[in-house]
Amino acid sequence: MSILVNKNSKIVVQGFTGTEGTFHATQMIEFGTNIVAGVTPGKGGTNHLNCPIFNTVADSVKKTGANVSIIFVPPAFAADAIMEATEAGIELIVCITEGIPVQDMVQVKHYLKGKNTRLIGPNCPGVITADECKVGIMPGFIFKKGRIGIVSKSGTLTYEAADQVAKVGLGISTAVGIGGDPIIGTTTKDAVELFMNDNETDAIVLIGEIGGGMEAEAAHWIKSTGNKKPVVGFIAGQTAPPGRRMGHAGAIVGGEDDTAIAKMKIMRECGIHVVSSPADIGKKMAELIDKK
Amino acid sequence: MNLHEYQAKELLKKFNVPVQEGVACSSVHEAEEAYRQIKTQFGSPFAVVKAQIHAGGRGKGTIKETGINGVKVGKSIDDITEFSQKILGGTLVTIQTGAAGKVVNKILVTQDMYYDGPSERKEFYLSILLDRSKGQNVIIYSTEGGMNIEEIAHNTPEKIFKEWVNPSGGLLSFQARKIAFNLGLSGEAFKNCVKFVTNLYKAYVNLDCGMLEINPLFKAADDKIVAVDCKMNIDDNALIRHSDLASMSDTNEEDPTEVEAGKYNLNFVKLDGNVGCMVNGAGLAMATMDMIKLSGGEPANFLDVGGSANAQTVEAGFKIILKDPAVKAILINIFGGIVRCDRVAQGVIDAYKNMGNINVPIIVRLQGTNADQAKKIIDESGLKVQSAILLSEAADLVKKAVA
Repeated sequence: MSILVNKNSKIVVQGFTGTEGTFHATQMIEFGTNIVAGVTPGKGGTNHLNCPIFNTVADSVKKTGANVSIIFVPPAFAADAIMEATEAGIELIVCITEGIPVQDMVQVKHYLKGKNTRLIGPNCPGVITADECKVGIMPGFIFKKGRIGIVSKSGTLTYEAADQVAKVGLGISTAVGIGGDPIIGTTTKDAVELFMNDNETDAIVLIGEIGGGMEAEAAHWIKSTGNKKPVVGFIAGQTAPPGRRMGHAGAIVGGEDDTAIAKMKIMRECGIHVVSSPADIGKKMAELIDKK
Repeated sequence: MNLHEYQAKELLKKFNVPVQEGVACSSVHEAEEAYRQIKTQFGSPFAVVKAQIHAGGRGKGTIKETGINGVKVGKSIDDITEFSQKILGGTLVTIQTGAAGKVVNKILVTQDMYYDGPSERKEFYLSILLDRSKGQNVIIYSTEGGMNIEEIAHNTPEKIFKEWVNPSGGLLSFQARKIAFNLGLSGEAFKNCVKFVTNLYKAYVNLDCGMLEINPLFKAADDKIVAVDCKMNIDDNALIRHSDLASMSDTNEEDPTEVEAGKYNLNFVKLDGNVGCMVNGAGLAMATMDMIKLSGGEPANFLDVGGSANAQTVEAGFKIILKDPAVKAILINIFGGIVRCDRVAQGVIDAYKNMGNINVPIIVRLQGTNADQAKKIIDESGLKVQSAILLSEAADLVKKAVA
């Protein structure tokens, strides 16, 4: 079944007519993603890229049956956009926007509690199910169809992993960029759980980075549920100095537990195949698949 | 973005959070004026001179040139003159600054809070920050103030309390009371503490703080509750709605190369190694640094050029990295997705030619869209640039360069 998105997903683009929205929506349509609507308040009733524009997400859902939203709205208005999509009953929201204030995300996280909406991101490259559906900004051609799932906090490192996986003759079921902010909707563990329950995924690449405790949480969960599928892990930032923010808002070493070394240790203890060099992700995956 | 103590205190006062009062000064003359004013205002000859730098441990730290501590209590105009002469313009080295220290451009001359009175003086610790795992703000506090929180956590973990705040209701009255009770306060001090914590939380949220630490949170001998010191960090993402705060940024506190990189919209962090790197994407940039280390080098920097790696950004990156004489090689690692590798390759060559003479080996790894064409462009350029497509190949080239 792959996870999160497939050829039946109907996508609405929030922030459709802006530069980013237009560029990436065009790329998504070329990939074959089924974009059914766009939302730009005030431009409802017009068309863009041959898709109808609505003033509200609720209108787009009512008229087109959209069930997945992708957000390109500027950071000051992105939290509002996420909550609007949630209220409209969208099942999956992918928020690409980088630079949302942390306190806004505190509100969003609280708002999402108890709702049936899943949020991916913000500050992420999105989700792609190879050969089926791309809801994001990643270059689609790198993701060759296969049975490996990728969950990653980083964009280009996801591409790197997908490329290495393809180079060893394997391919991708779904790749999920969960984002590099301190507060994100879907955690590493959430994504890993989806892959573990997906009958089209045989193994998982788990890419993390310094800061926070999500990788450790995922590792403990993987162990506690019996290491059902092999997982290759990599943590970026082994050489990052403490207390400095490394590009991503969430990539900062705060204490002893969120260094790369600490995370790698916990992951190894939980049976994850951790590689020290990012160049070894594909190679390690090939070894594990051969053994099976 | 970090703020100085004096800036943070000014902001707190707008939210009716009582602080140890003071005047920020840039010269000895200003400090003397400030002392006279404080002496009259508070009726005490005691006053404190505090160096203003973005680092903790100032009281125990020393000024390199004069050997004096970064925080000094004086009891006469002569003391204040002497202290400000010895601190202003000096280089303060503390446990947090590293051996290089930081130049003190401003001092804060403040009232002395440690006066006598009917009740006992006490120092507490209180900070507000984000609990990432819960997605909520948390107030961390302790009866043991005045020292490093890591020390308290290590020595007496039972004396650290945490209060999580529900985002919908904000800090509730019973929570503020609980904090004051746990700090062992009663009477006027209790009431003052409840008000202090309530207003401080409002300041934290309304100013979009990333972290707000009051250490010590002080109970004076007359039951006043005040912030004697304050560390405040503002969420960079939130500066879009705080133009007034953005102007409080002190670039003197930052590495000059990092400030310059910021002008080109490059995300740069200076490190102490010998191999420079230029990468698109933060995660891949960190991973590239790790790979440099595994290849026997040490990363000289973190540099994320973002989504548009063109001739201008590459040239700016070269210039910034080459300011560091320790750099022996530069690795450019670009995964071209939306950006085409052949364009980036041309950008590298143009930048290289523009720069004239680059004396360190350049290794360019371009993968993704049009990677093969890119490699051809680099290889046929006749320049001293080595090319790679696979990450492992780039690692081998780094290994050779630093050997």
